[in-house]
Amino acid sequence: MLSCRAVRAAPLRRPQPWPVRVAHWVNVPLLIIMAGSGLQILAAYPMLGPRGRPYRWFPFQGAIPPEWARLGDWLAGARQWHFAFGGFLALNGLAYLLYLAFSGEWRRRLFFPRRDARNALGTLAFYLRLRKEPPAQELYNGLQRLAYTSALLLGILAVLSGITLYKPVQLGALTAVLGGYDAARALHLLTLALLGLFTVGHVVMVLLHPRSLVEMVTGGRKPDAR
Amino acid sequence: MPGRHLISAPPPRLLTRRLALVGAGGLLASACDSARPHVGFLGAMERVNARLQAALFDERQLAPELPPEETTPPGAFPPYFISDTVPLAPPGWTLRVGGMVARPANLTLAELQRLPSTQYRIRHHCVEGWSAVASWHGVRLRDLAEYVGADPAASYVELRSFDSGYWSSWDRPSAFHPQTLLAYGMNGQPLPPEHGAPLRIYSAVKLGYKMVKYLTEVNFLSQPTSGYWEERGYEWYAGV
Repeated sequence: MLSCRAVRAAPLRRPQPWPVRVAHWVNVPLLIIMAGSGLQILAAYPMLGPRGRPYRWFPFQGAIPPEWARLGDWLAGARQWHFAFGGFLALNGLAYLLYLAFSGEWRRRLFFPRRDARNALGTLAFYLRLRKEPPAQELYNGLQRLAYTSALLLGILAVLSGITLYKPVQLGALTAVLGGYDAARALHLLTLALLGLFTVGHVVMVLLHPRSLVEMVTGGRKPDAR
Repeated sequence: MPGRHLISAPPPRLLTRRLALVGAGGLLASACDSARPHVGFLGAMERVNARLQAALFDERQLAPELPPEETTPPGAFPPYFISDTVPLAPPGWTLRVGGMVARPANLTLAELQRLPSTQYRIRHHCVEGWSAVASWHGVRLRDLAEYVGADPAASYVELRSFDSGYWSSWDRPSAFHPQTLLAYGMNGQPLPPEHGAPLRIYSAVKLGYKMVKYLTEVNFLSQPTSGYWEERGYEWYAGV
Protein backbone atom coordinates (compact mmCIF):
# COMPACT_ATOMS: atom_id res chain seq x y z
CA MET A 1 0.00 0.00 0.00
CA LEU A 2 1.10 3.51 -0.84
CA SER A 3 1.22 4.86 2.72
CA CYS A 4 3.31 1.94 4.01
CA ARG A 5 5.92 2.44 1.30
CA ALA A 6 5.98 6.13 2.01
CA VAL A 7 6.80 5.48 5.67
CA ARG A 8 9.62 3.15 4.71
CA ALA A 9 11.12 5.31 1.97
CA ALA A 10 11.18 8.55 3.89
CA PRO A 11 13.64 8.11 6.82
CA LEU A 12 16.73 7.66 4.63
CA ARG A 13 16.40 11.01 2.92
CA ARG A 14 17.08 14.55 3.96
CA PRO A 15 13.89 16.57 4.34
CA GLN A 16 14.83 18.58 1.23
CA PRO A 17 17.19 16.82 -1.23
CA TRP A 18 19.30 19.17 -3.32
CA PRO A 19 17.32 18.84 -6.60
CA VAL A 20 14.22 19.99 -4.73
CA ARG A 21 16.09 22.96 -3.26
CA VAL A 22 17.61 23.98 -6.59
CA ALA A 23 14.25 23.79 -8.38
CA HIS A 24 12.57 25.70 -5.55
CA TRP A 25 15.02 28.62 -5.48
CA VAL A 26 15.37 28.83 -9.26
CA ASN A 27 11.61 29.31 -9.34
CA VAL A 28 11.78 32.48 -7.24
CA PRO A 29 13.45 34.88 -9.73
CA LEU A 30 11.75 33.17 -12.68
CA LEU A 31 8.26 33.57 -11.21
CA ILE A 32 8.96 37.22 -10.34
CA ILE A 33 10.14 37.91 -13.91
CA MET A 34 7.21 36.04 -15.47
CA ALA A 35 4.61 37.73 -13.24
CA GLY A 36 6.10 41.21 -13.72
CA SER A 37 6.50 41.00 -17.47
CA GLY A 38 3.11 39.29 -17.78
CA LEU A 39 1.40 42.17 -15.97
CA GLN A 40 3.21 44.65 -18.26
CA ILE A 41 1.86 42.70 -21.26
CA LEU A 42 -1.62 42.81 -19.73
CA ALA A 43 -1.29 46.59 -19.35
CA ALA A 44 -1.24 46.93 -23.16
CA TYR A 45 -4.85 45.67 -23.30
CA PRO A 46 -6.18 45.22 -19.76
CA MET A 47 -9.40 43.54 -20.88
CA LEU A 48 -10.27 39.89 -21.26
CA GLY A 49 -12.53 38.54 -23.94
CA PRO A 50 -12.60 39.16 -27.66
CA ARG A 51 -12.47 42.73 -28.89
CA GLY A 52 -15.87 44.32 -28.51
CA ARG A 53 -17.22 41.73 -26.08
CA PRO A 54 -16.23 41.67 -22.40
CA TYR A 55 -15.28 38.41 -20.73
CA ARG A 56 -18.10 37.68 -18.38
CA TRP A 57 -16.17 36.45 -15.34
CA PHE A 58 -13.37 39.05 -15.21
CA PRO A 59 -14.05 41.67 -12.52
CA PHE A 60 -11.08 43.93 -13.31
CA GLN A 61 -12.06 44.76 -16.90
CA GLY A 62 -9.93 47.70 -18.03
CA ALA A 63 -7.93 48.02 -14.80
CA ILE A 64 -4.21 48.53 -15.50
CA PRO A 65 -1.87 46.59 -13.18
CA PRO A 66 0.08 48.87 -10.79
CA GLU A 67 3.42 50.26 -11.96
CA TRP A 68 5.46 48.61 -9.18
CA ALA A 69 4.31 45.15 -10.22
CA ARG A 70 5.28 45.56 -13.88
CA LEU A 71 8.55 44.67 -15.58
CA GLY A 72 9.87 45.45 -19.05
CA ASP A 73 8.96 49.15 -19.48
CA TRP A 74 6.69 48.65 -22.49
CA LEU A 75 4.93 45.95 -24.47
CA ALA A 76 7.84 44.93 -26.70
CA GLY A 77 10.30 44.85 -23.79
CA ALA A 78 7.92 42.90 -21.56
CA ARG A 79 7.21 40.34 -24.29
CA GLN A 80 10.93 39.80 -24.79
CA TRP A 81 11.42 39.27 -21.03
CA HIS A 82 8.43 36.92 -20.90
CA PHE A 83 9.53 34.75 -23.83
CA ALA A 84 13.23 34.79 -22.84
CA PHE A 85 12.53 33.34 -19.39
CA GLY A 86 9.30 31.36 -19.91
CA GLY A 87 11.15 28.41 -21.37
CA PHE A 88 13.43 28.21 -18.33
CA LEU A 89 10.42 28.12 -16.01
CA ALA A 90 8.94 25.25 -18.03
CA LEU A 91 12.29 23.40 -18.08
CA ASN A 92 12.72 23.86 -14.33
CA GLY A 93 9.22 22.49 -13.76
CA LEU A 94 9.92 19.56 -16.06
CA ALA A 95 13.20 18.76 -14.28
CA TYR A 96 11.36 18.86 -10.93
CA LEU A 97 8.62 16.54 -12.20
CA LEU A 98 11.19 14.08 -13.56
CA TYR A 99 13.04 14.16 -10.24
CA LEU A 100 9.81 13.54 -8.31
CA ALA A 101 8.95 10.62 -10.57
CA PHE A 102 12.33 8.87 -10.56
CA SER A 103 13.43 9.51 -6.97
CA GLY A 104 10.19 8.33 -5.41
CA GLU A 105 9.84 11.71 -3.72
CA TRP A 106 6.34 11.99 -5.20
CA ARG A 107 5.22 9.58 -2.48
CA ARG A 108 5.90 11.97 0.38
CA ARG A 109 5.13 15.21 -1.48
CA LEU A 110 2.07 14.73 -3.66
CA PHE A 111 -1.50 14.75 -2.43
CA PHE A 112 -3.51 11.55 -2.77
CA PRO A 113 -7.10 12.05 -1.66
CA ARG A 114 -7.53 8.59 -0.19
CA ARG A 115 -4.37 8.85 1.89
CA ASP A 116 -4.27 12.56 2.72
CA ALA A 117 -7.81 13.95 2.80
CA ARG A 118 -8.42 12.99 6.47
CA ASN A 119 -5.10 14.43 7.54
CA ALA A 120 -5.71 17.62 5.54
CA LEU A 121 -9.09 18.14 7.23
CA GLY A 122 -7.58 17.42 10.65
CA THR A 123 -4.78 19.92 10.04
CA LEU A 124 -7.27 22.51 8.85
CA ALA A 125 -9.33 21.97 12.00
CA PHE A 126 -6.16 22.46 14.06
CA TYR A 127 -5.33 25.73 12.28
CA LEU A 128 -8.90 26.93 12.79
CA ARG A 129 -8.56 26.07 16.49
CA LEU A 130 -11.33 23.52 16.28
CA ARG A 131 -8.88 20.86 17.41
CA LYS A 132 -6.14 21.02 20.05
CA GLU A 133 -3.49 18.76 18.54
CA PRO A 134 -2.44 18.53 14.90
CA PRO A 135 -2.74 15.07 13.35
CA ALA A 136 0.48 13.06 13.09
CA GLN A 137 2.53 13.79 9.97
CA GLU A 138 5.63 12.66 8.14
CA LEU A 139 7.55 15.21 6.05
CA TYR A 140 4.35 17.07 5.17
CA ASN A 141 0.83 17.06 6.51
CA GLY A 142 -2.14 16.52 4.22
CA LEU A 143 -2.84 20.22 3.88
CA GLN A 144 0.74 20.92 2.79
CA ARG A 145 0.56 18.11 0.25
CA LEU A 146 -2.68 19.55 -1.07
CA ALA A 147 -1.18 23.06 -1.34
CA TYR A 148 2.07 21.96 -3.02
CA THR A 149 0.31 19.63 -5.42
CA SER A 150 -2.15 22.38 -6.35
CA ALA A 151 0.72 24.81 -6.96
CA LEU A 152 2.40 22.23 -9.20
CA LEU A 153 -0.81 21.72 -11.19
CA LEU A 154 -1.26 25.50 -11.43
CA GLY A 155 2.28 25.79 -12.77
CA ILE A 156 1.57 23.17 -15.42
CA LEU A 157 -1.66 24.96 -16.36
CA ALA A 158 0.16 28.31 -16.51
CA VAL A 159 2.74 26.88 -18.91
CA LEU A 160 0.14 25.14 -21.10
CA SER A 161 -2.14 28.20 -21.32
CA GLY A 162 0.93 30.37 -21.98
CA ILE A 163 2.03 28.13 -24.85
CA THR A 164 -1.53 28.37 -26.21
CA LEU A 165 -1.40 32.17 -26.19
CA TYR A 166 2.01 32.04 -27.90
CA LYS A 167 0.86 29.62 -30.65
CA PRO A 168 -2.95 29.65 -30.86
CA VAL A 169 -2.90 28.54 -34.52
CA GLN A 170 0.09 26.21 -34.75
CA LEU A 171 -1.06 24.46 -31.56
CA GLY A 172 -4.74 24.67 -32.45
CA ALA A 173 -5.60 21.39 -30.71
CA LEU A 174 -4.31 22.69 -27.36
CA THR A 175 -6.16 25.98 -27.93
CA ALA A 176 -9.38 24.05 -28.51
CA VAL A 177 -8.86 21.95 -25.36
CA LEU A 178 -8.52 25.12 -23.27
CA GLY A 179 -11.70 26.59 -24.79
CA GLY A 180 -10.18 28.98 -27.34
CA TYR A 181 -7.80 31.94 -27.32
CA ASP A 182 -9.74 34.20 -24.99
CA ALA A 183 -10.51 31.44 -22.50
CA ALA A 184 -6.81 30.53 -22.48
CA ARG A 185 -5.98 34.18 -21.77
CA ALA A 186 -8.41 34.25 -18.84
CA LEU A 187 -7.05 30.93 -17.58
CA HIS A 188 -3.46 32.19 -17.85
CA LEU A 189 -4.31 35.21 -15.71
CA LEU A 190 -6.26 33.04 -13.25
CA THR A 191 -3.22 30.80 -12.73
CA LEU A 192 -1.16 33.91 -11.95
CA ALA A 193 -3.73 35.09 -9.39
CA LEU A 194 -3.92 31.67 -7.71
CA LEU A 195 -0.14 31.21 -7.70
CA GLY A 196 0.14 34.69 -6.14
CA LEU A 197 -2.36 33.65 -3.48
CA PHE A 198 -0.41 30.44 -2.86
CA THR A 199 2.83 32.43 -2.51
CA VAL A 200 1.28 34.71 0.13
CA GLY A 201 0.10 31.71 2.16
CA HIS A 202 3.43 29.95 1.61
CA VAL A 203 5.45 32.91 2.93
CA VAL A 204 3.14 33.33 5.95
CA MET A 205 3.62 29.66 6.85
CA VAL A 206 7.38 29.98 6.47
CA LEU A 207 7.36 32.96 8.83
CA LEU A 208 5.41 30.86 11.35
CA HIS A 209 7.78 27.90 10.92
CA PRO A 210 11.27 29.33 10.22
CA ARG A 211 12.86 25.85 10.45
CA SER A 212 11.33 24.99 7.09
CA LEU A 213 13.27 27.88 5.55
CA VAL A 214 16.53 26.56 7.03
CA GLU A 215 15.75 23.14 5.60
CA MET A 216 15.00 24.58 2.20
CA VAL A 217 18.46 26.20 2.26
CA THR A 218 20.62 23.50 3.86
CA GLY A 219 18.54 20.44 3.07
CA GLY A 220 18.14 19.60 6.77
CA ARG A 221 19.50 16.55 8.56
CA LYS A 222 18.90 12.99 7.59
CA PRO A 223 16.57 11.61 10.23
CA ASP A 224 18.90 8.66 10.98
CA ALA A 225 22.00 10.87 11.39
CA ARG A 226 20.87 12.35 14.68
CA MET B 1 61.05 40.12 8.40
CA PRO B 2 58.42 42.06 6.71
CA GLY B 3 56.64 40.32 3.94
CA ARG B 4 57.25 36.87 5.36
CA HIS B 5 54.24 34.98 6.60
CA LEU B 6 54.23 31.80 8.57
CA ILE B 7 50.75 31.09 7.54
CA SER B 8 50.12 32.05 3.98
CA ALA B 9 47.40 34.62 3.74
CA PRO B 10 44.23 33.51 2.06
CA PRO B 11 44.18 34.57 -1.56
CA PRO B 12 42.40 37.87 -2.03
CA ARG B 13 38.70 37.23 -2.53
CA LEU B 14 38.00 38.51 -5.97
CA LEU B 15 34.45 37.25 -5.91
CA THR B 16 32.61 37.77 -2.67
CA ARG B 17 29.01 36.72 -2.34
CA ARG B 18 27.93 40.33 -2.24
CA LEU B 19 29.89 41.16 -5.36
CA ALA B 20 28.45 38.13 -7.13
CA LEU B 21 24.91 39.17 -6.26
CA VAL B 22 25.41 42.77 -7.32
CA GLY B 23 27.22 41.59 -10.45
CA ALA B 24 24.46 39.15 -11.37
CA GLY B 25 21.89 41.90 -10.94
CA GLY B 26 23.92 44.29 -13.07
CA LEU B 27 24.54 41.66 -15.71
CA LEU B 28 20.84 40.86 -15.83
CA ALA B 29 19.97 44.53 -16.15
CA SER B 30 22.50 45.20 -18.91
CA ALA B 31 21.80 41.96 -20.77
CA CYS B 32 18.06 42.51 -20.47
CA ASP B 33 17.57 46.07 -21.67
CA SER B 34 13.83 46.57 -22.15
CA ALA B 35 14.42 49.64 -24.31
CA ARG B 36 16.70 47.74 -26.72
CA PRO B 37 15.36 44.18 -26.49
CA HIS B 38 17.11 42.89 -29.64
CA VAL B 39 20.56 43.02 -28.00
CA GLY B 40 22.08 41.09 -25.12
CA PHE B 41 20.42 38.12 -23.51
CA LEU B 42 16.88 39.08 -24.53
CA GLY B 43 17.98 39.34 -28.16
CA ALA B 44 19.82 36.01 -28.02
CA MET B 45 16.71 34.35 -26.60
CA GLU B 46 14.57 35.97 -29.31
CA ARG B 47 16.76 34.28 -31.93
CA VAL B 48 16.50 30.94 -30.09
CA ASN B 49 12.72 31.30 -29.89
CA ALA B 50 12.46 32.29 -33.56
CA ARG B 51 14.23 29.03 -34.47
CA LEU B 52 11.90 27.07 -32.22
CA GLN B 53 8.88 28.76 -33.81
CA ALA B 54 10.18 28.08 -37.31
CA ALA B 55 10.80 24.43 -36.40
CA LEU B 56 7.27 24.18 -35.01
CA PHE B 57 5.75 25.80 -38.09
CA ASP B 58 3.63 23.47 -40.19
CA GLU B 59 2.10 24.84 -43.39
CA ARG B 60 -0.68 22.23 -43.17
CA GLN B 61 -1.77 23.61 -39.80
CA LEU B 62 -4.66 25.93 -40.64
CA ALA B 63 -6.52 28.37 -38.43
CA PRO B 64 -10.12 27.22 -37.97
CA GLU B 65 -12.62 29.00 -40.21
CA LEU B 66 -15.35 30.61 -38.12
CA PRO B 67 -19.10 30.96 -38.73
CA PRO B 68 -20.55 34.36 -39.74
CA GLU B 69 -22.09 34.95 -36.28
CA GLU B 70 -18.57 35.06 -34.79
CA THR B 71 -17.76 38.18 -36.84
CA THR B 72 -16.61 41.10 -34.71
CA PRO B 73 -18.87 44.15 -35.07
CA PRO B 74 -17.06 46.44 -37.57
CA GLY B 75 -16.75 49.25 -35.01
CA ALA B 76 -14.99 46.91 -32.55
CA PHE B 77 -12.23 45.88 -34.99
CA PRO B 78 -9.67 48.66 -34.45
CA PRO B 79 -8.19 50.24 -37.58
CA TYR B 80 -4.47 50.89 -37.38
CA PHE B 81 -2.06 53.09 -39.33
CA ILE B 82 0.92 55.25 -38.36
CA SER B 83 0.02 58.29 -40.49
CA ASP B 84 -1.90 61.15 -38.86
CA THR B 85 -4.94 60.54 -41.02
CA VAL B 86 -6.25 57.51 -42.90
CA PRO B 87 -3.76 56.90 -45.72
CA LEU B 88 -5.41 57.06 -49.15
CA ALA B 89 -4.05 55.35 -52.23
CA PRO B 90 -2.27 57.68 -54.68
CA PRO B 91 -3.95 57.97 -58.08
CA GLY B 92 -2.80 55.26 -60.47
CA TRP B 93 -1.86 52.94 -57.58
CA THR B 94 -0.18 49.67 -58.58
CA LEU B 95 1.54 46.91 -56.63
CA ARG B 96 5.20 46.60 -57.55
CA VAL B 97 6.44 43.01 -57.27
CA GLY B 98 10.21 42.70 -57.44
CA GLY B 99 13.39 41.24 -56.02
CA MET B 100 14.35 37.69 -57.02
CA VAL B 101 11.53 37.13 -59.51
CA ALA B 102 11.60 36.01 -63.15
CA ARG B 103 8.90 38.50 -64.24
CA PRO B 104 8.90 41.74 -62.16
CA ALA B 105 5.45 43.32 -62.35
CA ASN B 106 3.39 46.39 -61.62
CA LEU B 107 -0.10 45.05 -60.98
CA THR B 108 -3.32 47.04 -60.91
CA LEU B 109 -6.11 45.97 -58.56
CA ALA B 110 -8.06 44.60 -61.54
CA GLU B 111 -5.08 42.47 -62.56
CA LEU B 112 -4.72 41.14 -59.00
CA GLN B 113 -8.43 40.31 -58.93
CA ARG B 114 -8.02 38.18 -62.06
CA LEU B 115 -5.62 35.88 -60.14
CA PRO B 116 -7.20 32.95 -58.24
CA SER B 117 -9.04 34.32 -55.21
CA THR B 118 -9.34 32.90 -51.70
CA GLN B 119 -11.73 33.74 -48.87
CA TYR B 120 -11.84 32.76 -45.18
CA ARG B 121 -13.15 34.00 -41.85
CA ILE B 122 -10.52 33.57 -39.11
CA ARG B 123 -9.43 35.11 -35.84
CA HIS B 124 -7.01 38.04 -35.81
CA HIS B 125 -4.42 38.09 -32.99
CA CYS B 126 -3.04 41.46 -31.99
CA VAL B 127 0.27 41.77 -30.17
CA GLU B 128 -1.60 43.72 -27.48
CA GLY B 129 -3.61 40.65 -26.55
CA TRP B 130 -7.02 41.27 -28.08
CA SER B 131 -8.49 39.18 -30.84
CA ALA B 132 -11.16 39.89 -33.44
CA VAL B 133 -12.87 38.08 -36.29
CA ALA B 134 -13.52 39.15 -39.87
CA SER B 135 -13.64 37.50 -43.27
CA TRP B 136 -11.02 38.39 -45.83
CA HIS B 137 -10.70 37.74 -49.53
CA GLY B 138 -7.85 38.24 -51.96
CA VAL B 139 -5.03 36.40 -53.70
CA ARG B 140 -2.70 34.03 -51.90
CA LEU B 141 0.85 35.35 -51.67
CA ARG B 142 2.10 31.95 -52.91
CA ASP B 143 -0.15 32.30 -56.00
CA LEU B 144 1.32 35.74 -56.68
CA ALA B 145 4.83 34.30 -56.21
CA GLU B 146 4.05 31.67 -58.82
CA TYR B 147 2.62 34.33 -61.17
CA VAL B 148 5.83 36.40 -61.10
CA GLY B 149 8.15 33.39 -60.97
CA ALA B 150 9.74 33.95 -57.55
CA ASP B 151 13.16 32.31 -57.14
CA PRO B 152 13.05 29.33 -54.73
CA ALA B 153 16.22 30.76 -53.15
CA ALA B 154 14.30 33.86 -52.05
CA SER B 155 13.81 32.92 -48.39
CA TYR B 156 12.33 36.23 -47.28
CA VAL B 157 9.50 38.47 -48.41
CA GLU B 158 9.52 42.22 -47.73
CA LEU B 159 6.32 44.28 -47.72
CA ARG B 160 6.24 48.06 -48.09
CA SER B 161 3.37 50.54 -47.89
CA PHE B 162 2.35 54.16 -48.53
CA ASP B 163 1.48 54.53 -44.81
CA SER B 164 4.36 56.91 -43.89
CA GLY B 165 6.94 54.24 -44.65
CA TYR B 166 5.41 51.40 -42.61
CA TRP B 167 6.92 48.08 -43.63
CA SER B 168 7.77 44.56 -42.48
CA SER B 169 9.42 41.37 -43.70
CA TRP B 170 8.56 37.70 -43.39
CA ASP B 171 10.12 34.27 -43.52
CA ARG B 172 9.15 32.42 -46.69
CA PRO B 173 7.25 29.48 -45.07
CA SER B 174 4.89 31.88 -43.24
CA ALA B 175 4.47 34.05 -46.35
CA PHE B 176 3.58 30.96 -48.42
CA HIS B 177 1.16 29.52 -45.83
CA PRO B 178 -2.16 28.76 -47.57
CA GLN B 179 -3.91 31.28 -45.30
CA THR B 180 -1.55 34.15 -46.12
CA LEU B 181 -3.10 36.38 -48.76
CA LEU B 182 -2.98 39.83 -50.25
CA ALA B 183 -6.48 40.93 -49.26
CA TYR B 184 -8.50 43.41 -51.29
CA GLY B 185 -11.76 42.66 -49.47
CA MET B 186 -13.10 42.44 -45.92
CA ASN B 187 -16.45 41.01 -44.75
CA GLY B 188 -17.62 40.59 -48.35
CA GLN B 189 -16.96 44.27 -49.23
CA PRO B 190 -14.03 46.00 -50.92
CA LEU B 191 -11.31 46.64 -48.31
CA PRO B 192 -12.18 49.87 -46.40
CA PRO B 193 -9.49 52.59 -46.18
CA GLU B 194 -9.22 52.11 -42.38
CA HIS B 195 -8.18 48.49 -42.90
CA GLY B 196 -5.61 49.03 -45.63
CA ALA B 197 -7.33 49.79 -48.97
CA PRO B 198 -6.60 49.02 -51.70
CA LEU B 199 -4.43 46.06 -50.67
CA ARG B 200 -3.01 44.61 -47.46
CA ILE B 201 -1.49 41.33 -46.36
CA TYR B 202 -3.64 39.16 -44.11
CA SER B 203 -2.53 35.92 -42.49
CA ALA B 204 -3.52 33.27 -39.98
CA VAL B 205 0.06 32.74 -38.84
CA LYS B 206 1.39 36.17 -37.82
CA LEU B 207 0.57 38.84 -35.27
CA GLY B 208 -1.24 41.94 -36.52
CA TYR B 209 1.77 44.25 -36.84
CA LYS B 210 3.34 41.90 -39.42
CA MET B 211 0.32 42.32 -41.70
CA VAL B 212 1.27 45.43 -43.65
CA LYS B 213 -1.65 47.51 -44.95
CA TYR B 214 -1.69 50.02 -47.84
CA LEU B 215 0.77 47.87 -49.82
CA THR B 216 2.96 49.35 -52.52
CA GLU B 217 5.71 46.73 -52.85
CA VAL B 218 6.32 43.02 -52.41
CA ASN B 219 9.99 42.04 -52.69
CA PHE B 220 11.32 38.49 -52.73
CA LEU B 221 14.78 38.55 -51.09
CA SER B 222 17.59 36.18 -50.12
CA GLN B 223 18.43 38.05 -46.89
CA PRO B 224 16.15 38.99 -44.00
CA THR B 225 15.31 42.65 -43.48
CA SER B 226 13.59 44.30 -40.53
CA GLY B 227 10.40 46.35 -40.25
CA TYR B 228 8.84 49.45 -38.71
CA TRP B 229 7.98 47.92 -35.32
CA GLU B 230 10.81 45.40 -35.46
CA GLU B 231 13.30 48.30 -35.61
CA ARG B 232 11.66 49.69 -32.48
CA GLY B 233 12.00 46.50 -30.44
CA TYR B 234 9.14 44.17 -31.35
CA GLU B 235 10.14 40.63 -32.25
CA TRP B 236 10.69 39.86 -35.92
CA TYR B 237 9.21 36.35 -36.22
CA ALA B 238 5.95 37.06 -34.34
CA GLY B 239 4.18 33.86 -35.36
CA VAL B 240 0.93 32.62 -33.87
